[in-house]
Amino acid sequence: MGSVILTNLPALLVVVPLLLAPISALFTFASLGWAIAVVGTGASLIFALLLQSLTETGVRISYHLGNWEPPWGIEFVVDSASSLTLVVMSGLGFLATLAARQLVTNEIAEKDIGKFYAAWLLVSGGLFGLVMTADAFNLFVFLEISALASVILIGMGAGTDRRALVAGYHYLVIGAVGATFYVIGVGFIYAMTGSLNMADIASRIPDASGSAAIYVGFGFMVAGILVKAAIFPVHIWLPAAYSYAPSAVSTLLASIATKAALYVLARILFTVFSGMPDVVTIALSNVIVPLAIGGVFVGTIMAIYEADIKKLFAHSSVAQIGYIALGLGLGTPASVSAAFIHIGNHALIKGGIFMAIGGFVAALGARASLDSLIGIGRRLPLTATAFLICGLSLAGLPLTAGFISKLYLVRAILETESYVILSLVLISSALSVVYLWKIMEVMWMQPVPARSPKLVENPAIYLPIWIVALGNIWFGIDASWLVSASRMAAQMLFGVSLGGGT
Amino acid sequence: MIEQLGDSWNYIIVIILMMTGLFIVIARTNLIKKLIGLSIFQTSVFIFYISLGKVAGGTAPILDGNPGTLYSNPLPHVLILTAIVVGVATTALGLALILRINEAFGSIEEDEIIAAKLNQSLARPKRPLDKHSD
Repeated sequence: MGSVILTNLPALLVVVPLLLAPISALFTFASLGWAIAVVGTGASLIFALLLQSLTETGVRISYHLGNWEPPWGIEFVVDSASSLTLVVMSGLGFLATLAARQLVTNEIAEKDIGKFYAAWLLVSGGLFGLVMTADAFNLFVFLEISALASVILIGMGAGTDRRALVAGYHYLVIGAVGATFYVIGVGFIYAMTGSLNMADIASRIPDASGSAAIYVGFGFMVAGILVKAAIFPVHIWLPAAYSYAPSAVSTLLASIATKAALYVLARILFTVFSGMPDVVTIALSNVIVPLAIGGVFVGTIMAIYEADIKKLFAHSSVAQIGYIALGLGLGTPASVSAAFIHIGNHALIKGGIFMAIGGFVAALGARASLDSLIGIGRRLPLTATAFLICGLSLAGLPLTAGFISKLYLVRAILETESYVILSLVLISSALSVVYLWKIMEVMWMQPVPARSPKLVENPAIYLPIWIVALGNIWFGIDASWLVSASRMAAQMLFGVSLGGGT
Repeated sequence: MIEQLGDSWNYIIVIILMMTGLFIVIARTNLIKKLIGLSIFQTSVFIFYISLGKVAGGTAPILDGNPGTLYSNPLPHVLILTAIVVGVATTALGLALILRINEAFGSIEEDEIIAAKLNQSLARPKRPLDKHSD
């Protein structure tokens, strides 16, 4: 039994959440749906940790679905790069599920909760598949499974705010255009190389490069993934989607959805198209880096002027995704490992922040605007302190996870000697303190308004938030695990690109 | 004219359909028309793939035991079967959302919805909470 599970881990990671989803949809008891979701996401966390322990030494697991040999059959590949992403995603997914139970009670009707967790499990399973699959077309299928399920989750925010429906619709249309762009690209690549398996495509591209069709395919594939990863200027669906979705959904999407797309972007750039390094280098330095910096500034400046807390942090997510994309765009092993470090840390930071906002909303029973949070630090001290820790981590204060991200990113930029980029990153970091200060001042410095009702804190909400907040401190003090795993991940991406050694 | 285009005229149609679809998605404000544009856009990609699979002089890929037979490539067709399913799901979900948007805002015109959002942004949907998502 044990060995069956071990040899089939990659398939189980996708199959277990996807199979539990329809079971959850059948039941209308809220607690049963939640229990199924906890089992599903908890099992995927265990599977991901097992995969991580199997691959951390540099082993590359290749799983053949249905025993069809690649390149004909669909292959799942787990190496140190994808297993790190999987651990981050499944860990935060599990914590988000723990917190979801109380967060959804005010926002979603009791009888819909079973279906809510069904979509929740579909998002998780789809995103895990997206990270593992080594088949270019299969990737599109997982992209759409997770996208359609996230649209359902976002639309369920209509119970409290009808704008969630419009946000969901826009994400559906923009996401579908992005996914279709990706499919067009795959079509061109298939026409030129005759293969859909990523490693096989990578080995065939040198023969076909120089043909314009390959470049067109490359452009379409990257453009499609940029939409899904919410990189400026195709991030426009993200702020509305994150801010009108139910609080629990914002937590899940902010911590895992764009991370999977960013990982896919890294793999397309550095593995699939490793056979034409000159074109990829041009794309990195002339497209990805300027867009990343644009995203950092647009996100930060929009966040400074935003009064709605959830939307503010959604804009801040655009900026943070910009930092990750910048790490990928610089294209050196050090910068890519900095990007992986920030994928993990940003998932921790934003997961904690959106959970805490969910806690405020649940306690206040109203949308969290700046005004409604006046003096909340004294009214909900436990939740607000965890929120403060995650906020400081976002600003990059030493002894928090965010500091480690900034440290390694700045080091990687220094290595490339691009001082303009360095100064822009430092300026934007300083600007991010502006919007954080704006919130912290309202929460902690201003007196509690007179006649405000006493609020009670629910352990089911603040315990998961505190686990994430302590994670932020833990990875700020002892980042060695994340740093070495990210280094392995970057090496793996580049190692494969140099012609396939492990 | 048609003869000059030779084998590539179906790709010309693909480009025309693709641009038509994308233009509708971008330029129309009616949500259903946007969704129709999206469908046209996706359909153009289906035709693109199916055209890729055609091998000149090839017959339907059903083995007849004769080693000399030239077959068309069946793989793009299979891929597109999957993509059609995804497209149907996208359209269905989009239409379901439009129904709900119409109930909540009383319109499916994007500019009217934006105006409604500005006027009473926090108004609750017309249907009570316990009845949604059926």
